[in-house]
Amino acid sequence: MRYVAIYPEAPSPALTSALLQAGYNPVPIGGVADAGDKQPEAGWSSVVVEIGNDPDTAANVASKVREELTVPVLLVADRMLTRDLEAREGFDDFILTPIDPAELRIRLGRISADPPDMESEDILRFEDLELNTGTYQATIASRPVDLTYMEYELLRFLVENMNRVWSREQLLSRVWGYDYFGGSRTVDVHVRRLRAKLGEERASWITTVRSVGYRFG
Amino acid sequence: MDRQKEYVLSTVKERGIRFIRLWFTDVQGFLKSFAITPAELEVALDEGVSFDGSAIDGFSRSHEADMLARPDPSTFQILPFTSGHAGVARMFCDIVTPEGDPFPGDPRWVLKQTLNRAAELGYSFYVAPEIEFFYFEDSSPATKVLDRGGYFDLTPLDVAQEYRRSTIVALEKLGIPVAFSHHEVSPSQHELGLRHTDALTMADTIMTTRLTVKEVAIEHGIYATFMPKPLEAVDGSGMHLHLSLFEGDENAFHDPDADLGLSKEARGFIAGLLTHASELTAVTNQWVNSYKRLVTGFDAPIFETWARNDQSALVRIPATKKGKIDSTRIEYRSPDPSCNPYLALSVILAAGLDGIEKDLDLPPQMGSDVLAMSSKERRDAGVRHIPRNLAEAIKAMESSDLMRETLGDHVFEWFLKNKKREWARYEQHVSRYELEEYLPVL
Repeated sequence: MRYVAIYPEAPSPALTSALLQAGYNPVPIGGVADAGDKQPEAGWSSVVVEIGNDPDTAANVASKVREELTVPVLLVADRMLTRDLEAREGFDDFILTPIDPAELRIRLGRISADPPDMESEDILRFEDLELNTGTYQATIASRPVDLTYMEYELLRFLVENMNRVWSREQLLSRVWGYDYFGGSRTVDVHVRRLRAKLGEERASWITTVRSVGYRFG
Repeated sequence: MDRQKEYVLSTVKERGIRFIRLWFTDVQGFLKSFAITPAELEVALDEGVSFDGSAIDGFSRSHEADMLARPDPSTFQILPFTSGHAGVARMFCDIVTPEGDPFPGDPRWVLKQTLNRAAELGYSFYVAPEIEFFYFEDSSPATKVLDRGGYFDLTPLDVAQEYRRSTIVALEKLGIPVAFSHHEVSPSQHELGLRHTDALTMADTIMTTRLTVKEVAIEHGIYATFMPKPLEAVDGSGMHLHLSLFEGDENAFHDPDADLGLSKEARGFIAGLLTHASELTAVTNQWVNSYKRLVTGFDAPIFETWARNDQSALVRIPATKKGKIDSTRIEYRSPDPSCNPYLALSVILAAGLDGIEKDLDLPPQMGSDVLAMSSKERRDAGVRHIPRNLAEAIKAMESSDLMRETLGDHVFEWFLKNKKREWARYEQHVSRYELEEYLPVL
């Protein structure tokens, strides 16, 4: 497991989830001393510092940690602060918000001593939806979506087999594959729940094809 | 490893879940929960977690105290309303004995058994509830309402709109689609209509919904209650249940050529419900207070009748939109939201199936006209009154073979014993009514 120290102690959920997706284990730190105390045996893979309301303190923590622990540092900054970064030192690379998880993965991979080897075939993508088939996690715009197992499996099947119409029976036998109390109406129920969890804007990804079944994409 | 278990284990790890709450329901319908940490999860999924069942109402006697709660991984869900304490998920559990046999006092098992019987006949059972509840400032007997709004009222009378909205958002995050929600007839009373799903999932869903409504209320500093009749002068809270049977993809209740579009199965099911209505009322309306809702003058059924689109009948046939075959259904209107949903759905399904299997005759429709009849006319027409109080309901249940068979000896006997005790306590109680009416004059 590769550990990444993140500052401040309450990082944005988008950063945390992007790090998880990129295969890192994020550990929040409160400052330089804390980074030393919490340092895992194998050392930090890298340190990610969010430049928030207090850019000077954050940049100071970044450069000190980099120097004292000799670990690569990535800054996360708002676009408005790009100019400000020009004058600063003590970091190896930076990334602008909103964070693109793929970009974060690449940049961290380039500066880290020991980048995790993410097999990209483990990730299924559609627009801003990502399904990690290795860890069973789903994210939309980098935010995790809380799915039940069957909701996840149904979504995975639909994304893997996009743009094809599937009947309820086909979905039941391909996704559920066993006798279920609900019968084939179960499919409708799960599609409705998935749409609810995908949210209003994305609910239309799954279209109902009248008297046939469902299609994704 | 089973993929479903793998999914749960992986999600717990990836999402930083720190506690997994294991949920089950006691015989009276109270949600019970205990938490385990991720370290114990794998063993819990494989073997179950032991707990002392003698402390749970309606579970074992002390000499068979050890029970195992076996989590159902298909119900794994991260909880959205633990703001500030992120990382909590839940699973519903089946209760088994240390030998691994299903525990007959587990309401979830009772429902599964009844659903198996339906499956043997080729049916799956679908349910959509309308859940009513009240918001009060707190849980004190002063019943301080939040508004004076009425049916469908919108702001500024409906101050609770925001609470309803957050409840729906939380429910949708839990994968519970809400069909509609609005202010109900009484002050401070609200309703959530849930979309239909299979009966087992729906019973779990009703438990989750009750908790969610209460949790969201707490977050807003108010109190939500499913008590059937908290305010004397206004309508109480019911839980109308929309029911249908499907044979594979086909709605077994629908027959385009039949009267009202109701198939032979639908007619048999209604006849079964009416035949056994009195016997099952103790389960669908289990508290002394439940019967204060089932009285004249309010939007609650009094007589065991059926009718098309008539609010006063016990079984109502809702109008369906043209061509909407799948939405042909029947609505059972007596249950209240404080019942045990597993047991209530079990006895309702068993009664309906009995009607289908025995091909019971459906009496003629009777709606609000029943209210105008004299009691002799009603007797002549064979119209029965819904049990008037818990004592009458207990009496009707006690002599019912169908109820014993459906609930199993364990639940049947424990339930009756418990309810008799409740009634005995109530009978001895000197109420506010008596003190106000009698003390000044006698």
